[in-house]
Amino acid sequence: MKLIGVTACPTGIAHSAMAAEALETAAAEKGHDIEIEIHGASGADFVSPDAIRDADAIIFATDASVAEKGRFDGKPKVEVKLREAIDRPGEVVERAEKAAESGAAATAGESSESDEDEVVPTGGGVGRAAEVRRWLMTGVSYMIPFVVAGGILIALAFAFGDTVTVPESNVYEDFSLVALIYEIGSLAFSMLVPILAGFIAYAMADRPGIAPGIVGGLIANEIGAGFLGGLAAGLLAGATIILLKKIKLPGGFGRLMPILVYPIIGCLVVGTLMILVIGAPIASATVGLQNWLQGLQGSNAAFLGLILGGMMAFDLGGPINKTAYAFAIAGLEGGAFGPMAAVMAAGMVPPLAIALATVVRPRLFTAQEKRAGQANWVMGASFITEGAIPFAATDPLRVIPAMMAGSATAGALSLLFGATLRAPHGGIFVIGVIGQWPLYLLAIAIGTLVSAAVFIILKQFTGGSDEKVAEATS
Amino acid sequence: MTTIDEITNANLVALDLDVDGPMEAIDALADLLDKDGRLSDKDAYIAAARAREEETGGTAMEMGIAIPHAKSGGVKEPGVAFGRTAAPIQYGDEKADLIFLIAAPDGENNLHVKVLSQLARRLIHENFRTSLREAKTGEEVIELMRREVKL
Repeated sequence: MKLIGVTACPTGIAHSAMAAEALETAAAEKGHDIEIEIHGASGADFVSPDAIRDADAIIFATDASVAEKGRFDGKPKVEVKLREAIDRPGEVVERAEKAAESGAAATAGESSESDEDEVVPTGGGVGRAAEVRRWLMTGVSYMIPFVVAGGILIALAFAFGDTVTVPESNVYEDFSLVALIYEIGSLAFSMLVPILAGFIAYAMADRPGIAPGIVGGLIANEIGAGFLGGLAAGLLAGATIILLKKIKLPGGFGRLMPILVYPIIGCLVVGTLMILVIGAPIASATVGLQNWLQGLQGSNAAFLGLILGGMMAFDLGGPINKTAYAFAIAGLEGGAFGPMAAVMAAGMVPPLAIALATVVRPRLFTAQEKRAGQANWVMGASFITEGAIPFAATDPLRVIPAMMAGSATAGALSLLFGATLRAPHGGIFVIGVIGQWPLYLLAIAIGTLVSAAVFIILKQFTGGSDEKVAEATS
Repeated sequence: MTTIDEITNANLVALDLDVDGPMEAIDALADLLDKDGRLSDKDAYIAAARAREEETGGTAMEMGIAIPHAKSGGVKEPGVAFGRTAAPIQYGDEKADLIFLIAAPDGENNLHVKVLSQLARRLIHENFRTSLREAKTGEEVIELMRREVKL
């Protein structure tokens, strides 16, 4: 078994060194390989990302903070006090063995909990799939604060301002408090995809991944590729840097690699691929989709609602979501208010369903996800579909179908009930201008229940060992 | 090349340390470091070491070792003083009879610190601790350290 030990004490002279020796000795006795990273006042020599990737479990024996702990996100881990590692290293190594075997995290009761000390269950699978999941989770954990800040601030602006004029306000030219809050929230939101991409690449390729990842994410914004475009940008950037790192140049040229070659070539490669290989097809697909939707006009209301609803949840703010939204806006301008209502209902469902799921089945979620889940009540009620992205980005294959099921239901019901909406945005704050609003709320509630139920079922029965471990350690 | 001889010597070994508690042990061993010319401000160093001792609730471990230590501007030359008590003294919940007082200058992160860390590492091994408990003279202790700590 391959283990990594991280020891940290405030001065980094004696106790962290003793814990390192104790863990090395105990691990060697049990026939494991162990690499130790010692943290002290002057920092630490980080273990390589390769070592982290190959490790079966991480042991944190720390009485002081560990820099850039996110490097270890998603690996099975054991957290203890320094003294436990010095006094009883054998027991600590045994706990690491157990954590590695169950493929997930185990936390010591005694160890201190802080916000950074999230216990992150890994995917049930080992090897490749678990590795990809760790990358995605790292990206998501850095993205969540942006989602929460942006989502809640935009919701606040909608709560206190006019939903038609707020999105068009310009705080720099015409100051108002609502415009100020909206601008700050929007800017926080605009970082969501770049941060996601940048830190996925960071998890894959360490620090050199960040720049090409963020640049790729900015391009994903530019070409309207949404969070799926961000996932692509992050993975591309990480892979590009991993490949560049394999090129070994002699002497002075070798030293130029991290300073010049990784950032320049990395950004160039990722940017080119994003614009030419991903951007162009998205643009033409969007046009095709628009034409197809136009053709559906006047067809069966429930069917149109089903399609619009499913599109809203497919990429949660990406090109397909935007196409459905644009279709509804066009209807709004042409005097058809049904599609707008359906689209908003469908867009409110994913965050609401996720918030509901985290309350009904808390043990299926990490502490960080549960907190993000609470913010989703506000974002869902405010028609800020992006609240669901952190969940969709770590687990797209289960979250997206679950969200589409409920959103399609809500969209179809909304149109069936004859609900109408004469505002382009606003969620619960524009309830006054919704025609058939009691039935409209019913449509949203049913959609939310459907999505939450499908989500829980998929997570519970296809989640491998996640749940058992989450339960054991909660 | 940095060796154990640069950070300690027989003058810094007290095999019959006679103190009642952790703080007194710091005082007595700091006195040795000061006489050996390693401290520029003994009071400042003692205050730092005592503060850390209090903060951590005792620097002793189950194996009977305590390593009070501090980085302080009151340290001129890095060093370690070793004291052994006839009966273990109480350190919070633990007891210790082998006490290493480590002094490091502020911001110091060089080979001296590596030697100190290496010494701390070796203490994990029982045979080293047994030898230290059985040593008869200060010079014997230094010789044991030389043998264990090689960079």
